[in-house]
Amino acid sequence: MSQPAGQSGFGFYRPGAEEPAPPPAAAAESDPAEEELLAEDAELDLSGDESAARVEQVLASLDAELVGLAPVKRRVREIASLLLVDRARRRFGLESSRPTLHMSFTGGPGTGKTTVALRMAEILHALGYIRAPRVHTVTRDDLVGQFIGHTAPKTKEAIARAAGGVLFIDEAYYLFRPENERDYGQEVIEILLTEMESERGNLVVIFAGYEDRMATFFSANPGLSSRVPHHISFDDYTHDELMQIADLMVVGENFRFDESARAAFSEYLTRRMARPRFSNARSVRNAIERSRLRQARRLVELDRPLTRDDLVTLTADDIYGSSVFDGPDS
Amino acid sequence: MKLRHGAFSYLPDLTDEEIADQVRYALRNGWPVSIEYTDDPHPRNIYWELWGLPMFDLDEPDGVMAQINECRTTFPNHYVRVLAYDARLGRQTTALSFLVQRPAEEPGFLLTRIEGENRTQRYAVQSYATTQPTGSRYAGG
Repeated sequence: MSQPAGQSGFGFYRPGAEEPAPPPAAAAESDPAEEELLAEDAELDLSGDESAARVEQVLASLDAELVGLAPVKRRVREIASLLLVDRARRRFGLESSRPTLHMSFTGGPGTGKTTVALRMAEILHALGYIRAPRVHTVTRDDLVGQFIGHTAPKTKEAIARAAGGVLFIDEAYYLFRPENERDYGQEVIEILLTEMESERGNLVVIFAGYEDRMATFFSANPGLSSRVPHHISFDDYTHDELMQIADLMVVGENFRFDESARAAFSEYLTRRMARPRFSNARSVRNAIERSRLRQARRLVELDRPLTRDDLVTLTADDIYGSSVFDGPDS
Repeated sequence: MKLRHGAFSYLPDLTDEEIADQVRYALRNGWPVSIEYTDDPHPRNIYWELWGLPMFDLDEPDGVMAQINECRTTFPNHYVRVLAYDARLGRQTTALSFLVQRPAEEPGFLLTRIEGENRTQRYAVQSYATTQPTGSRYAGG
């Protein structure tokens, strides 16, 4: 980041002092790994890269914390490898264009799109693609203005806040409303396009939404579709995966299912999955929250001193209290 | 004549990277940054025009740099400065202010001496630029 010659400021020429020393802050910022080039015949051990170790850590936690989602994990790993190899190429002085990493995450509700976006930001930051492991989540409301001329500043503000990190646009398909041709959403898409094109921004835009609606969204905006090279689709969880998720959540909250409760929860899931508006992991979380509520009521009604065991155990009764069991057998 | 206004004005003019670093410093301190411009260089002129709105809740200077560049394109021959406001109780004032653009030619100031009562002498400065109406000062501005 040293100062290029002929660009010594905004108009003032001082003889004898054209080349001021670069500020120390800028020097500290540049990656030491990029400074020296390796010889033609040198060998580079990827595992020796310090940031590679950090990426491996993030990927491991992604594997451990997220159940299922094998295609997503594979894709995230691929992107991480791409950036790692890109870094290695730069060490050898092999110039290539910066890979475009705008993404679209499609999948049902509660399939972990936001969580993966957070992890993705950590990986991109570890590999020096973005400056901060930050995710700025916005929805249509944060981008679209209420009157003419309001949209552009609003969108630019959101982009400025996400600068150097990840801009996560949730429910992105709402930006495009074909039924209303005067809708300001189109303006947002245009501004985003120019911003995504520019290399200097270090901004990664992730569009997220439900599979079918995102497909229409992208087909209606071919310009956008072609600038988003990575489409990652999140599959709905199977019953087994949801049980694993439930176990993880229960342990995470310092609870445990007793024998019958686990079977009851499994039955609950079978019934709940058949119902409308089932939103995968989110529904599981809500079910557990409500079981805790019923457990609390049960414990208070017990009217006796409580043991630690009482406090951490969710019983089958706590789960059978759910309204899902009220209806006819599905 | 070079107008010495705000911080860093006795240094060589800052490059865009250096400006971004200063803005980053302000943002790290939690100071919202705003941009102002004027074509009246009188030192006592504190009422510069605000460009857009002050920028809150930023983490990185990219947004500010984009606004600075927009302001520079719109007013290529105005003075443009960046302000950082410290809103902490007890300070509540401008914490940092520096120029990020100046006109290509600055004609300087005319010093006028005014004879007062009993041969007292009063002084006034007037920018040569302000003989033109606002908007047409600094050739082409």
